[in-house]
Amino acid sequence: MDKILGTFNGLEFTVGDTLLEFSYLVAALLFVYGLKLLSHPESARRGNLWAAGGMGLAMLTTLLLHKNAEGAHIPISNVFIILAAIGVGSVIGWIAAYKVKMTAMPQMVSFYNATGGLASALVSLLEYPNAVAGDVGSILVTILGLIIGAIAFSGSMLAYGKLDGKVGDVMKPFMTYLNLALLIATLALGAIIIFSPNEPAEMTGLLYLLLALAIIYGVMFVLPIGGADMPVVISLLNSLTGIAASMAGFVYNNQAMILGGILVGAAGMILTILMCKAMNRSLLNVIIGAFGGGGASVGHEQGTIKEITLSDASVLLSYSQKVVVIPGYGLAVAQAQHIAHELESLLEGKGVDVRYAIHPVAGRMPGHMNVLLAEADVSYEKLVEMDDINPDMTNVDVVIVIGANDVVNPAAYDDPGSPIYGMPIIDAHLSKNIIIMKRGMGKGYAGIENFLFFNPKTRMLFGDAKSTLQKLVSEIKSL
Amino acid sequence: MEQALIFFFEYKLEIFIIALSIFVGIEVISNVPAVLHTPLMSGANAISGVIIVGGIILVGHADLSSFSFSLVLGILALIFGTLNVVGGFAVTDRMLEMFKKKKK
Repeated sequence: MDKILGTFNGLEFTVGDTLLEFSYLVAALLFVYGLKLLSHPESARRGNLWAAGGMGLAMLTTLLLHKNAEGAHIPISNVFIILAAIGVGSVIGWIAAYKVKMTAMPQMVSFYNATGGLASALVSLLEYPNAVAGDVGSILVTILGLIIGAIAFSGSMLAYGKLDGKVGDVMKPFMTYLNLALLIATLALGAIIIFSPNEPAEMTGLLYLLLALAIIYGVMFVLPIGGADMPVVISLLNSLTGIAASMAGFVYNNQAMILGGILVGAAGMILTILMCKAMNRSLLNVIIGAFGGGGASVGHEQGTIKEITLSDASVLLSYSQKVVVIPGYGLAVAQAQHIAHELESLLEGKGVDVRYAIHPVAGRMPGHMNVLLAEADVSYEKLVEMDDINPDMTNVDVVIVIGANDVVNPAAYDDPGSPIYGMPIIDAHLSKNIIIMKRGMGKGYAGIENFLFFNPKTRMLFGDAKSTLQKLVSEIKSL
Repeated sequence: MEQALIFFFEYKLEIFIIALSIFVGIEVISNVPAVLHTPLMSGANAISGVIIVGGIILVGHADLSSFSFSLVLGILALIFGTLNVVGGFAVTDRMLEMFKKKKK
């Protein structure tokens, strides 16, 4: 292993060095390949395993073959400490991953994202004193890794708290300015450290201040963001963690870290943009949180609201040919996915064709609704994306909207003054009958009137999604 | 201007890697069906735990002869990085297993 093969850029390199770099190449390729497989349902599980294999390989070869600037291998005592730390992390991570409920998946992903961000921030923090004064490039990536990692950490932790119902939304008008000021202060302090001619080791005080500022900014940044915008924020934070890891990759000149990090950063960014598009809002708009104010088109003609009894609803559903269920945030909150599946099987047994129409931002993180329904044993062929179901909506006999609101509001088409005008929606209003299950007459997240409620074809079924569905199922059974 | 040119030349290799990785990332993700958004995100999240390699290097060459605050932080970084990697891949596998089961 220590046989010297030759010199490169004036430095000798050995068989071990070459193997290490080669393993990083393999790991990086496995990340790309794994991510590629992850984007098809049939191959997704294999993809995840390949990527995990790449990670294991990179960890193992680093442990065995890495040498510091003086050419020393990792001493055996350090190897034991590393293995112990990895062991502790693995056990906790494994247990948590297998205990978590599918409804709590967004929290879990946020939590793991936070740990990744924190690890990046800590590595940058600890590597900084080793940087050479005046080497702007390497100090820049260290500082960026610290700032981005810290923001991803505290932001994800807060997102975790919010998704878990531990923290509420706080939105005060002054917060936009406060956040802007905080961000500028963080970046300015970062710039001061980067361009300071002092030895990095003398600046650790400022560095800890920077860490604190970035952590505070992360919290303040997520604090005002509402529940319905969570899918966007989670994918954005995910992207940030990737970028932070790649910054640390530059510090170590480690191509596997750089590529893995940037890959995740780019993928997360794409997903973020996708989510924003699905809500017809810009990223800036989500972050600043422009909803809540305005409310231009109030006083629209309202019409009357009609209710439907359980027995009428059960008859209507039982004698339909095509039924579409539109699940939303409310279904996830009420954990009504299992009972929704029971309703579906019951109706299927009566020869009714039942499908689910999934809006891209339904649930609490991108694709969350699919995971929830999959957990309830709903076959994924039954989950239809918005663009695929809309053309068929006029042939649908009944749509049941469960805990969704803004994603079926026709104001997105009709009312240029509405905050959601232009947002792609599921065309529930085109179907022949509409049943809306709702807890009360509250408005959706956007705080706007839903015109669908006043549609002559619409009838409301008030109550908690889970218990109402349960009653509906037993009503249909007794028919 | 000259500064920027110097910076580019010195870091040209890294800039190449960044530019190409961004494209690969976008290309690989762009056709993902919405069904897979959550597992994809959590799988990608686990990949971003590659920071653990940095943690191994950091703690690997740390001086163990005396107790230091940095060593504690380094070990914490390792533990948190592992949480991200192991938990991330495990949770993704669990979700995907559910999808698989329904295929038959």
